[in-house]
Formats: sequence, structure tokens, C-alpha cells
Amino acid sequence: MKAGISPIAFLCALAAATPVAAQTEIEFWHAFTGRLGELVAEQVDSFNASQSDYVVTATHKGNYSETLNAGIAAFRAGEQPDILMVFEVGTATMMAAQGAIVPVYQLMQDAGADFDPDAFIGSVKGYYTTTDGQMLSMPFNSSTPVLWVNRDALSAAGIDPDTDLSTWQQVGAVLDQLKEAGSDCPMTTAWQSWIHLENLSAYHDVPFATQDNGFAGLDTELAFNGPVQVQHIQAMGDWARDGKFIYAGRRNEGGANFRAGECALFTESSAGYAGIKSEAQFDFEVRPLPYWEGVEGAPRNTIIGGASLWVMAGQTDEEYKGVAAFLNFLSSPEIQAKWHQDTGYLPITKAAGDLTREQGFYDANPGTDIAVTQMTAKEPTANSKGLRLGSFDQIRGIIDEELEAVWAGDKDAQTALNTAVERGNQLLRRFEQANR
Amino acid sequence: MEKRVLFKGIWLPLLLILPQIVITAVFFFYPAGQAIWQSLFIPDPFGLSSRFVGLGNFDYLLSDPYYRASFVTTAIFSTLVTLVSMGVALYLAVLADRLIKGSGTYRTLLIWPYAVAPAVAGVLWLFMFNTRVGVVTWYLGLLGYDWNHVLNEGEAMGLVVVASAWGRISYNFLFFLAGLQAIPKSVIEAAAIDGARFWTRFRTIVFPLLSPTTFFLLVVNIVYAFFETFGVIHTITSGGPQQATTILVYKVYSDGFVGQDLGSSAAQSVILLVVVSILTIIQFKYIERRVHY
Repeated sequence: MKAGISPIAFLCALAAATPVAAQTEIEFWHAFTGRLGELVAEQVDSFNASQSDYVVTATHKGNYSETLNAGIAAFRAGEQPDILMVFEVGTATMMAAQGAIVPVYQLMQDAGADFDPDAFIGSVKGYYTTTDGQMLSMPFNSSTPVLWVNRDALSAAGIDPDTDLSTWQQVGAVLDQLKEAGSDCPMTTAWQSWIHLENLSAYHDVPFATQDNGFAGLDTELAFNGPVQVQHIQAMGDWARDGKFIYAGRRNEGGANFRAGECALFTESSAGYAGIKSEAQFDFEVRPLPYWEGVEGAPRNTIIGGASLWVMAGQTDEEYKGVAAFLNFLSSPEIQAKWHQDTGYLPITKAAGDLTREQGFYDANPGTDIAVTQMTAKEPTANSKGLRLGSFDQIRGIIDEELEAVWAGDKDAQTALNTAVERGNQLLRRFEQANR
Repeated sequence: MEKRVLFKGIWLPLLLILPQIVITAVFFFYPAGQAIWQSLFIPDPFGLSSRFVGLGNFDYLLSDPYYRASFVTTAIFSTLVTLVSMGVALYLAVLADRLIKGSGTYRTLLIWPYAVAPAVAGVLWLFMFNTRVGVVTWYLGLLGYDWNHVLNEGEAMGLVVVASAWGRISYNFLFFLAGLQAIPKSVIEAAAIDGARFWTRFRTIVFPLLSPTTFFLLVVNIVYAFFETFGVIHTITSGGPQQATTILVYKVYSDGFVGQDLGSSAAQSVILLVVVSILTIIQFKYIERRVHY
């Protein structure tokens, strides 16, 4: 009722609303929709409510590639946001753009913020720091590949669902049994390049590219055509030929097959947790990513996928202070622990992991800590710190094309990987030229 | 015989064509000029620096066997899309032209798909042929055929051709039908009295009289297949499997917007511009000679 609002209450409301104009606005562009989008909005709201100096406005700008393009186009037009979410394969592009970004360590120093880079999990932080340990962007959502198991499908094929699946040799034997028992889809995968080449290389401590996987310089060359990678891709190719590995597509198309209960084994990101938990009508389980028995140094640690937050150049000092406060807020243990438990993404700080354990989440949801252990059990080496390659999104496209040739039986693993290396190197040289 | 209207002076005609010239300049000449200029550089994505490389981008592209293979893919794709969309449209138009009852309903139904955007059409077809839940895939499975366009290059090409041609059939149908209806009945009746059967009449009278329409559609459809099928490719195959459906315009997109390699992307646009210009010139010089207006 209109008459119910007194003029005084109206004035009070106005007075309460006015200070907003005096607050510094911080623009944050991200790539999340659906449940993840809601969770990001929640984080932003609680930051805005926690203090009165800054207001963060979060805007969805499309998928990862589209968000990066929007940020680049905005920078060219002088309209860039304060914070831009960039997926891990865009890291080299952002890093090379000195003048377009403010490194996070610099930001924290200038803002005089209390910031401890050592609080972050090594293998998460490593992806986004320089070779001398300076943090360039703030890790946000990070996941790592694991093996998802449909326990009912194993039982149905007469296989003990608790059978050991730590090595690819053991997985191979189980695939044989599944096929014999008449399974249409013994195994499928998502993100083939990320899981079966990038992580495979890190996990077996062999280089994916020279110059410390690109960390040490732009003159890096791809090196994923070594014996370990060839052995693995050849085995996968043989499984594909025999109908034991079913290829569903370049992205995470295989997830639909697994969640519908058609596939027994599924290699996918740990962040697949939310979707699998809500849809799967069967008994499922998370296992560590398998490794090849007999490869020296395996298993090492797996590497991350996901995105980090980059601070764009050309804003006021006042805004940068707000950005520093917001980034610090995001990495606080409470916020991180909640994010980790809601999404299946990794906790990016040790404190958040400890807090999650104290809250009893791992006991209530067995297997959710496997990804964390897999990444943190061993100190990363130069081969397992991460990847920093220019034009990497396109190189992944080339890898997809060449792997498809193996799955279709058109090429053997060695030929396909050699070709992928050769074609990818051309792109790396172009990137080097553009950023010299 | 041609009709000509003569204007006195030059200002009025200039004023009348000015809007068209401005639009062409702003939306065509300016961007095309930019593309030509950019194709001589390797810029970094953020526009912070730019290196002049002369014809280096073109040299890089033309020495890449995968880029050259993309020409062949584009030629196959465009030819198939044009043939399928025009062939089916002509067939349907001839049938609809002979209808006396209910032709309005058929016409309306046949024109519908034109309202569907290419990307949406792509999603529709993808859904029907989805390797796991697709209806068509399921029926093919019953017949013992294992449809898998995710790995089979021929099937992937077939699917993007059909999806691209589908919406285009409506457009071509409209023009063919109008063309057919413009042919004087007396000519056809005279031929019928002389004893010419349907097929003979079609071959010797109808098709030649339809040639202006056919020629126009040929030009328009090839341009469509070159440029506007992007949405279909993007939603169905993303250029795969391997490089089976990577047509030239898709590569412009993926190098420019996925790879942020604006120099190469600009150079590809210029090459595409040249290819389509040459094609159009050939069509007007050689094929138009056989057209009777």
C-alpha cells in the first residue's frame, strides 16, 4: 500500500542508498553460468556486504574463449574491466601482454595488502607464477583429472568393483573383461589433450614442451612425441579400435554417456563431481588417474585446468586497492572451502583444504579429496609445474585433430604425435614473433 | 530492349545513390581496407605492438599444406551445398507449380525453414544425428548402420552439407517457383500439342527460360556456402573430425578468435575476398553468356 510508506522511511531509504555513489566500483568479468554463476554471484554479494568502500560488479561474458576475447577487445577500446577471468590455456597470452596487465604480486605490494603467496597449494600457484616465484594472476577455479568409476557396471560384468585401477596396465585388463562381458562403452573421456597428453606428461615426469614446458622462454618447442606419450596414445588407439575406448567428442561430450550409466570408466576433471552427483542413478566412485607401471618417476603430480583472475592495467589506484581487497577475500579459507565443497574444484590454499577436512566433508563424501592428494602428494618438477604455451587453445585444436586420426585408425600414435608437434611448433613460432 | 530514364544534371542521381554508397563504404570498403592493411602485420592480441611483415602472412599461409587442403574442403562443401539446395528446390518447385489444389499450404510449409538461423539449424540437425541420443542415429542403428560423425569424416561432411542446404532450399524454392510461374503457359501448351513429353518440354523450354533465375541463385548460393555456413559448422563439427569440415571461413574465425592471430586471420580474409571475386567474375563472364533473359 502506497500510504504505508512514510516520507521519513522513504528518506531513510534514499540516505541508505546514496553512499553507493561514493563507493569505488570494481568490474569483474567471468565465464560462469548456471550453478557456478550463482555461486560466483554469492561470493561477490558477500564481499560487497562485508565492507562499504568498494562495490564489485560481476558480469558474465560468455564461455572461456569469449570472455578472453571480450577482455582483449575492451582493452583495445580502453574499456577494460578491473578483473578478467582467463582460462589456464590463455595464461601465456596474458603473460606476454606486459602493459595490459598488473601482476598480482605487484598489485598486492602497491596496495600494501597482507598477502602470502606461500599460502597457496604449490601445483596451483606454480601454473600462474614466473620462474622466480612471483605470482602473476590469482588462481580461481582449479581442477585436475581423475578416474570416475561406475561400480554397478563393473559388478554387472562380474568384476570386483573394488579392483585396483591404479595403473593403465590394470585398467587395460579390466577393459578386456568389460568388453568380453558385452559392454558397449568400457571407457570414455573428456578433454583428451588435457588429460591424455598434458597431464599424462606431468604425471610421468616427462616434458610436454622444451624450456620447462614454456616457463623458461618463448622459444619453447613441443616435445609430447616421446616414448611415454606414444605408448599411451597407441594403447588408447588400440582400445578404440577394439571398441574398449569410445570417443565422444573434443570437449566433455563423454560426460553424458557416463552419467547415463552407459560407460564403466570415465577420465574427467574432478569438477565433474557436481554434475555426476546430481544425475548418476548408479553407485559411482572417484579413483586417482592411472599411470603406467614401469615408467621411472611415475606417478608424479597431475596439473590443473580451470581459470585464474587477471588484473587489467589502466585503472585508478583506488580501484586497485579494492581489487586487492576482493582477491584477498576470495582466497580466504572460509570462501575457498565453501567453493571447493560446492563445486568439486580444488581448494586453492592449504588452509581451505584443512578447514574442509575439519568440517568433516571428506569423511561424508569419500573420494572428494583424491584430486587434492593427487596434486599435492609430491613437489612439482619442471615437467609437472604446468604449461605456458602461446596459442595454446589452437594447439589443443591441432592435438584434437591428430588424436582423432589415431582413434579412427588413420594414423599410428607416433605419426600423429609427430605431426601435431610439427604443426604446433609453427604456431609457437608465430606467437614468438608477435610477442618479441 | 532496355528502358532508360535520363536525369538532367548530376546532383539528383548522386543524392539518390548516396545512401547505398555510404552503407557500402562504411560496412564493406572500410573493413575490407582494414583487413588488407592488417594482413601485412603480425600484431599482438592487445594491440600493444605490431610488426610489419610485408607478405609474410600470405607466405606462411600458402606454404601450410593444411591451409591448402582447406581450399579443397571448401570447394567440395560449396559445390555440394549448392547442388543439393538448388536441385531439391527446383524439384519441389516443379511439383508445386503443377499443383492446382492446396499449393498455398505446400508453399508456406516449404518456406518455413528459411526463418531458422544457420546456428539453430545446426543444433537441430546435430540433435537428430547425435551419436548417442539422436533419433536418426537410432533408426540407422536398427538398420545395422553405425552412424558416427564424430570420427567418420564422410559422415561429418554429409551432415554439415545437409544442415546448410536445408534452410537454403526454401529460399531457392521461392525463386524457382516465381520463375516457373513467369513462363508463359502458351509456349508450353504449344510444345505439348507438338507432342513434346514433360521431360522434353522441361529440358528444351522450361529450363532455358528459367536460366536467369538459375544463374542468380548459383551466384547467391555459392556466396552463401562460402560465408554464411559458419554457424552450422561451428555448432555441429567445429571443423572436425580431423580437418574434414574446416572450410576457409571457419579457419578465419578459429585463427582470429581462438588463436588471437589477427595477422593470419586478416590475410585469410583477403585471400577469401580474392577467391570469391574471381569466382563471381568467372560466373558472369562465362556462365552468363548461356543465360537468356
